[in-house]
Amino acid sequence: MTDLLKPTDIPQVEEAVRWALGNDKTLELIGSGSKRTLGRPSQTDATLDLSAFTGVTLYEPDELILSARAGTPLAEIEKLLDDNNQQLDFEPMDYGPLLGQPAGQGTIGGVVATNLSGPRRIKAGAARDHFLGVNAVTGRGEAIKSGGRVVKNVTGYDLCKVFAGSFGTLGAMTDVTIKVLPKPETEATVVIEGLDDAQACAAMATALGSSCDVSAAAHLPDHVASYFDGLPKAEAATVLRLEGVAPSVVHRTQMLVTLMQPFGPALALDEAGSKKVWRSVRQVAPFAAESARARPLWRISTAPAQAHRLVDLITPAAQMFYDWGGGLVWVAMPFENEADAGSIRRAVAETGGHATLVRAPAALRASVDVFQPQESGLAALSKRVKDSFDPKAVFNPGRMWAGV
Amino acid sequence: MSVKMPETDAAVLSRRAQIVKTLRAIVPGEGVIDREREMKPFESDGLTAYRQLPMVVVLPETTRQVSEVLKYCHDNGIKVVPRGAGTSLSGGALPLADGVLLGMSKFNKVRDIDFDNRAAVVEPGVTNLAVTNAVAHAGFYYAPDPSSQIACTIGGNVAENSGGVHCLKYGMTTNNVLGCEIVLMNGEVLRLGGKHLDSEGYDLLGLIIGSEGLLGVVTEVTVRILKKPETARAVLIGFPTSEEAGACVSKVIGSGIIPGGMEMMDRPAIHAVEQFVHAGYPLDVEALLIVELDGPAAEVDHLIARVETIAKDCGAVSCRTSQSEEQRLLFWAGRKAAFPAAGRISPDYYCMDGTIPRAKLPLVLKRMKELSEKYGLGVANVFHAGDGNLHPLILYDSNKPGELDRAEEFGADVLRLCVEVGGVLTGEHGVGVEKRDLMPAMFSEIDLNAQQRVKCAFDAKGLLNPGKVFPQLHRCAELGRMHISGGQVPFPDLPRF
Repeated sequence: MTDLLKPTDIPQVEEAVRWALGNDKTLELIGSGSKRTLGRPSQTDATLDLSAFTGVTLYEPDELILSARAGTPLAEIEKLLDDNNQQLDFEPMDYGPLLGQPAGQGTIGGVVATNLSGPRRIKAGAARDHFLGVNAVTGRGEAIKSGGRVVKNVTGYDLCKVFAGSFGTLGAMTDVTIKVLPKPETEATVVIEGLDDAQACAAMATALGSSCDVSAAAHLPDHVASYFDGLPKAEAATVLRLEGVAPSVVHRTQMLVTLMQPFGPALALDEAGSKKVWRSVRQVAPFAAESARARPLWRISTAPAQAHRLVDLITPAAQMFYDWGGGLVWVAMPFENEADAGSIRRAVAETGGHATLVRAPAALRASVDVFQPQESGLAALSKRVKDSFDPKAVFNPGRMWAGV
Repeated sequence: MSVKMPETDAAVLSRRAQIVKTLRAIVPGEGVIDREREMKPFESDGLTAYRQLPMVVVLPETTRQVSEVLKYCHDNGIKVVPRGAGTSLSGGALPLADGVLLGMSKFNKVRDIDFDNRAAVVEPGVTNLAVTNAVAHAGFYYAPDPSSQIACTIGGNVAENSGGVHCLKYGMTTNNVLGCEIVLMNGEVLRLGGKHLDSEGYDLLGLIIGSEGLLGVVTEVTVRILKKPETARAVLIGFPTSEEAGACVSKVIGSGIIPGGMEMMDRPAIHAVEQFVHAGYPLDVEALLIVELDGPAAEVDHLIARVETIAKDCGAVSCRTSQSEEQRLLFWAGRKAAFPAAGRISPDYYCMDGTIPRAKLPLVLKRMKELSEKYGLGVANVFHAGDGNLHPLILYDSNKPGELDRAEEFGADVLRLCVEVGGVLTGEHGVGVEKRDLMPAMFSEIDLNAQQRVKCAFDAKGLLNPGKVFPQLHRCAELGRMHISGGQVPFPDLPRF
């Protein structure tokens, strides 16, 4: 029976870690637990539940910063920002539905710990790029801080970066400060229909290489197009989002439609249609659907212009679509218990980048590498970095790599 | 110079001839410099108050040479200080008497330009501006633009996480670098990132950027390049008080506008600059703002009109919008010449670099005025207003006995003040040796030890650029020790289910 420890302040978190250290125990770190099945399955002696660390502690819209306890629900933060016409510019996706959980359960700490982002990643960056300050209790049972509450800061090592995307393996974050930004006044989306994957990658490269200031670019092939809301037809669509003040969006929509002429006729979706499409893209709609839940799901980051070549190397029975101008490929494998890791890894080796098995039965996640295997020197350095924060591997042991 | 550097290793110095000989075998020809006269140009960086001749200078040309030099130094307990163009304003490249100065200036090639992936692969000795120049023919540019961009190198930008006037909208170096090749102190060569986004594991690239040359030597950098905005226009706005100027900045951002650049100058800075550049700045104001909007013309015109309205509402007494590219550049010429202009009104100046929550600006300026009187030294302020990054220029004369020391004390007080009001010691210049001993104003010993353990993960012997960033050096073995007071009954107060 696993113990559930629910500290309510930082000294209690320190105490929990010291207890684990003194008794050779390991701790699973959770906020709301919405992303618990992300990563390798790990056996721990107790669960350290940080969901009592809630509340926005500082929000200064004019200074573009917000500080919150790490367990604060993301939904609460997004609501507060929305009320002030601001947003998290990195547009974090919600893993809940993909992982068979309800939507809207995540916490800000979880967003940061998994370095989430969404379609705007290509323009605005990921959680890491907006993560300004952190308080955390390390695996030595010590409360530390790094960064600050101002957007420009180079004082000391940027430990926020390494905490972002560390999947709770370095320390228990208790407080985070993030950069927030104004919401765009309006948006529109230009759609080019019927392109094949190679043409789509070329079209997206052209659009992103223009001064149209495209804030999101995705290609939704025929076989998944029907899952995306807001598309005029259920066929292959290459979608390009433009955001900003109204006169600018109008002007750039015209520019982009003209620029896309060589690829095929382009049409424009208004704000409402645009929002629908990008909500579906952000939530990975085709693979969050009930019918697709059993499919092992890969998330592949690669050089955008080569993405179609990577896809060519993967079994045609897989389903997939492209975000980030091609730089992010979501691949759902055809059979429940086969991740086909070998062919995915070979494809990634060919075009560069990394693949993460974000959804699969626990047995499968235990038997194949979930995260991209690292070359030995890099793996050893990662292990030393882990040891520097958590020398006895108290937190989430094996969540990212076996033995780390 | 009052900063204590790590103790000189006499045993290393006594082997100098042998060390030079071995280094020559690794880097042949003119790549090893050991004559005092020829090493002179390397004795300091942009923080010229600090000088020290290195034991020897090595200028490698290949990653392999870098790796062999570092491995040899690692195996023989020799310290190494990496250096780009030497424009650091915090003494990041200050040599050590018993150390090898590893100059990366010969790594000066652009290796690959990939417009389809919006990336450029460059060697670390390529200057910041040269990256933009290499892609400008296709209408692209590299966004971070530190004032020293004509001279400073990408390798140095990575080490310092450099910013510039456009980083409010476009981010700092860390937001614009996709990958790099680094050599660890033991000679190991590692590749981080590439042309794809995000890290496959720990974000070690994010750790390296801004690590001030303490974690590894960068031998290649992949940067993100962007298409140049269609147009840019600037508004020059004068205010009778800094409070009103600060309120205007807040209102611009509060209304949802993120300008490409937003700079503020106080009265002494305006006067110094105007005499020097004749940019047409108003002289009867206490604070001057330059707000630049970039993007398609339709957007820029729309936003300029909104900024003008906000400025008037905030009590602006003058407001001029650039009507031509020439005029826009003239508006900027003044701001960009602020440092040399300070050099004209004073024999010497000391450039500080703190960041504060912007709302505290009036308070900080008031306190700075009091400090100015206390130390009997003038100060002019330029300010990246959008992100709260303040650059006070303390005016002094190094020929007057005691003035440099007073300027340094004044500067330290200013930085402590920044931390006191919720800000930080450095926004973009780095800690280096300059702010090293002020680190405890911001971080506890536990915080600093956690950072030094990261250093140990990269450089267990502490040979790469020691004496920078951390006020106290600890051996890694000592930092790794853990005293576990285990065995007690676990936290009775903690709710358990």
